[in-house]
Amino acid sequence: MLGTLSNDLPALQVVVPLMSAPLCLVLARWPRLVWILCVAASWTSLAISMELLDQVLSYGPISYAMGGWAAPWGIEYRVDSVNAYVILIVTGIASVVLPFAGASVAGEIREDKVAMFYTLLMLCLTGLLGMTITGDAFNVFVFLEISSLSMYGLISMGRDRRALTSAFQYLVMGTIGGTFILVGIGFLYVITGTLNMADIAQRLPEATQLRTLHTAFAFLVVGIGLKLAMFPLHLWLPNAYAYAPSTATALIAATATKVAVYALLRFVFTVIGPVTAYEDLPFGEIAMALATLGLLTGSFVAIFQENVKRILAYSSVAQIGYILLGIGLATALGLQAGILHLFNHALMKGALFMAVGCFFYRVGSVRLDDLRGIGRKMPWTFAAFVIAGLSLIGVPLTVGFISKWYLLQATLQQGYWPLALLILGGSLLAVVYIWRVVEAAWFGSPSVRANDAKEAPLGLLIPTWTLVLANLYFGIHTELTVGVADLAARTLLEAIR
Amino acid sequence: MSPAGAMQLAVALPAAASIPIVITGRSPNLREFVTLACAASVLILVGSTLPAVLSGARPELQLLEILPGLELMFRLEPLGMIFALVASFLWLITSIYSIGYMRGHHETNQTRFYACFAIAIASALGVAFAGNMLTLFVAYEVLSISTYPLVTHAGTEKAKRAGRVYLGILLGTSIGLQLLAILWTWTVTGTLDFTEGGLLAGEIEGPAAAVLLALYVFGIGKAAVMPFHRWLPAAMVAPTPVSALLHAVAVVKAGVFAVLKVTIYIFGTDFMLQSGASDWLVWFAGATILLASLVAMTKDNLKARLAYSTISQLSYIVLGALLATQASILGSMMHIAMHAFAKITLFFAAGAILVAAHKSEISDMAGLGRAMPLTFGAFFIGSLSIIGLPPFGGMWSKWYLGLGTIESGHWLLLTVLLVSSLLNIAYLLAVPIRAFFGKPKDGTVYARVQEAPASCLAAMIVTSLACLVLFFYPQPFFQLATAIAGAQ
Amino acid sequence: MRFLQLYNYEIAIFLAMVGLYIVVSRGNLVKKIAGLSMFQTSVFILYISMGVVDGGSVPILTEGVTRYSNPLPHVLILTAIVVGVATTAVALSLVIRINEAYGTVEEDEVHQQDESF
Repeated sequence: MLGTLSNDLPALQVVVPLMSAPLCLVLARWPRLVWILCVAASWTSLAISMELLDQVLSYGPISYAMGGWAAPWGIEYRVDSVNAYVILIVTGIASVVLPFAGASVAGEIREDKVAMFYTLLMLCLTGLLGMTITGDAFNVFVFLEISSLSMYGLISMGRDRRALTSAFQYLVMGTIGGTFILVGIGFLYVITGTLNMADIAQRLPEATQLRTLHTAFAFLVVGIGLKLAMFPLHLWLPNAYAYAPSTATALIAATATKVAVYALLRFVFTVIGPVTAYEDLPFGEIAMALATLGLLTGSFVAIFQENVKRILAYSSVAQIGYILLGIGLATALGLQAGILHLFNHALMKGALFMAVGCFFYRVGSVRLDDLRGIGRKMPWTFAAFVIAGLSLIGVPLTVGFISKWYLLQATLQQGYWPLALLILGGSLLAVVYIWRVVEAAWFGSPSVRANDAKEAPLGLLIPTWTLVLANLYFGIHTELTVGVADLAARTLLEAIR
Repeated sequence: MSPAGAMQLAVALPAAASIPIVITGRSPNLREFVTLACAASVLILVGSTLPAVLSGARPELQLLEILPGLELMFRLEPLGMIFALVASFLWLITSIYSIGYMRGHHETNQTRFYACFAIAIASALGVAFAGNMLTLFVAYEVLSISTYPLVTHAGTEKAKRAGRVYLGILLGTSIGLQLLAILWTWTVTGTLDFTEGGLLAGEIEGPAAAVLLALYVFGIGKAAVMPFHRWLPAAMVAPTPVSALLHAVAVVKAGVFAVLKVTIYIFGTDFMLQSGASDWLVWFAGATILLASLVAMTKDNLKARLAYSTISQLSYIVLGALLATQASILGSMMHIAMHAFAKITLFFAAGAILVAAHKSEISDMAGLGRAMPLTFGAFFIGSLSIIGLPPFGGMWSKWYLGLGTIESGHWLLLTVLLVSSLLNIAYLLAVPIRAFFGKPKDGTVYARVQEAPASCLAAMIVTSLACLVLFFYPQPFFQLATAIAGAQ
Repeated sequence: MRFLQLYNYEIAIFLAMVGLYIVVSRGNLVKKIAGLSMFQTSVFILYISMGVVDGGSVPILTEGVTRYSNPLPHVLILTAIVVGVATTAVALSLVIRINEAYGTVEEDEVHQQDESF
């Protein structure tokens, strides 16, 4: 029994959250039970993903034929070190965010909507996992839309009415992005007559329709760029993060853009191939230019926000810049840095948004004005925010430092001095925007709202601190993250040869 | 206990002590007992490693590998020994002083104060023991961050602004410049271990070496070389024990210590001399020495004056490191210890005046000397040691620094040192002189002013005696310093 | 007359551009959705067009026919249509909620009430 199950792990990875989604609706009358179910589902997913990663690391890539239909006709789920790693990020974050959801959702979502919320959360997880695990180009689109549609729903459930308009805005941009991806995949199909990624990759070198290929590439990059909030396609992100319920923000901010980055990596390196992307087309230059612009603008705009969630959202735009910069460099070290930062950024943004969620739970607002003096009322939450913030800045002993170390090393290796300076400049801007929050929360005389606040309940604190400690743990013990990122980078670069 | 074990425990103990300090926060006596007991044990631990280091051992301790090929490690060598001895000894003294000061001054949040203090000391010792540049950088950053709550202790608007400057400059320079320098070194050499004779010889040359050195010297913002000195005066809003131990000893010395480490173990003094990497940087140090002294003269606030004096004195050490001759390195190392004892005495006195007479402006202190003779006496001794007059320890370091400038043929820099000593006389001795011989401005009679609490006095007397003792018995520091400078 | 032979592609491009233009230029949220649907529809046409095989018949097994059009893009586009319908449904329900919350579905009027768009 266990033996057969372990053969079906790639399918279960997607099926577990998928099946729990309708179950949530069935159990809608008992919100508590729904929550327990979702926590169980996320933890099962995490266990599966760990097992998958372990298998990949010991035996190499896993190919799984969905429903027994062999690739290229059937849909293939293909797990290698790259996506096993991303899946681990997604499930890892989900299994911390869902326990957090218990108290947070109860405080933010109307009781009759709670089951809906969890349904969407599970669907979102399904979509993200599916997008990552599948080896079929069209399947990527389908899962992308599953995750996007559920995300629109999740965002719109925020308490503020602006959540609705942000969700709508994201829907419009997200759909355009999704459709672009669809067009790109269509063109790839026109050239190769197959949808299996590995198959496409094999047939593309013989392709003669270069213009179609380039068009496909452009559509894919722009479409995925929209989903991963690549500057200047990030306009949907700040509002979406700011007004979504805390749980949704934490999950989306930590995972959704990461999965989109993964999709980009997959299409650029595995499917289309770096030769086309970097040599025939100026993808590297464009990515680096946009990344630098993004990391500067994002950090800079973050400084002037009055809403803490928006500060963090703009910071995400900047952090995506770091990741893209690594990808744009296209060296083994650069890729490794980018992939490493996927993991590390998920940890820090997850922790930060959860800490902010704790504030919101007690104060009912995340405006800087309302958070004045909250640091003394909620010292544990505040400490969590500070540590995660330091990680974002890149202080040693935190994961942020490790990312920055590799990224800087990658730029220096190529002799890109100005880029190294810009990266450090971005860190300094991060000091400014994080410290604005810290100062307000610590020194300000308590606002009316903060005055009555007390420390967040344990149900929120424990998950938040789990991620905060993970920020420290993986900042010191880097064998897993650095090792797998290295392997993943090499896998991506080898795929062409 | 093996020296390596003692080293580990000396860092772990104060860091861990912050927990019982927080737990016993309700009972001040118990809390301060924990602090004192911990400080005493750390001193014993550090002291216990001294014989081994003097006999030429270099105990090592691998902590953990945080990046492939790059680990956190401790390696105790004479330079670190000097810093560790000074920091751990003065922590004990300052702890005694703090008890009187914090209670006498009715400070709030004392538990947070003692806890952060312990962490700051742990990281200062981490800097002292660091076996490679990465470890040093890590401890350096922890030190910056753990002292932030101490600087902003008062929680006022002024403290907030000072904290902003403090953290902004320290984090800004370390992340913006120092980290870049470290990475550069790493890319060029593939190692960050402190190696006798340096790492960079033959790996980097010409202007690049000069730029790299500049990145280090300015990136180590704690050394307060102008124009990155503003954080130190800003940090003076902190309670006096913080200014005394951290901003006259632990934090600032961590900065100059790091500069020395870089010049000796990363660049190597031979390479420094031969590459000429420091040729233009010495003028920054020289300018800082003079300018800071001049600014100090204009300050009426005693702590601000002392802060600028510290900036000036730190650049002595930086200058000695940059000149990279045998005598100048020796002088720099000695100055770490000598200046620490003298400057902490001055800060103790400043704090005692604040607690006992509630005065912080020098112009208000006229005539106060007769009410507080011990305090101003200690201040007098500390000043003489800083000026570099015998029979006080400060003379030795100035002597060797002066020799260093002559050795390297920088006559102008020798003049800078001498002029600066004259300026020291003007701005430091003026304080006790005015206090003893001046007349109170408005004719107040300080009949009701008494000396500061006994623990404050005791601390001051110990440190000022130490200044005296170090003149006659500088051997431990001298031996440690020659072990390195001689090896060059 | 290559230009005319590719007419279905041209229609797809035309629809895509019109759709995008509506999304960008119209302030009315419902009209935006209509534009978005047009944009998506253009891709359906693109996919269906590329399944065509010259001289191929309907892809149903029939006696005597050896050349079939490629059925796969059609199947794919069924999925995409479902996605499109779902998107439109979600979008419309969002508009209903926006209308309830703001009393309008005009972008600039919403913007006046809340600086969020």
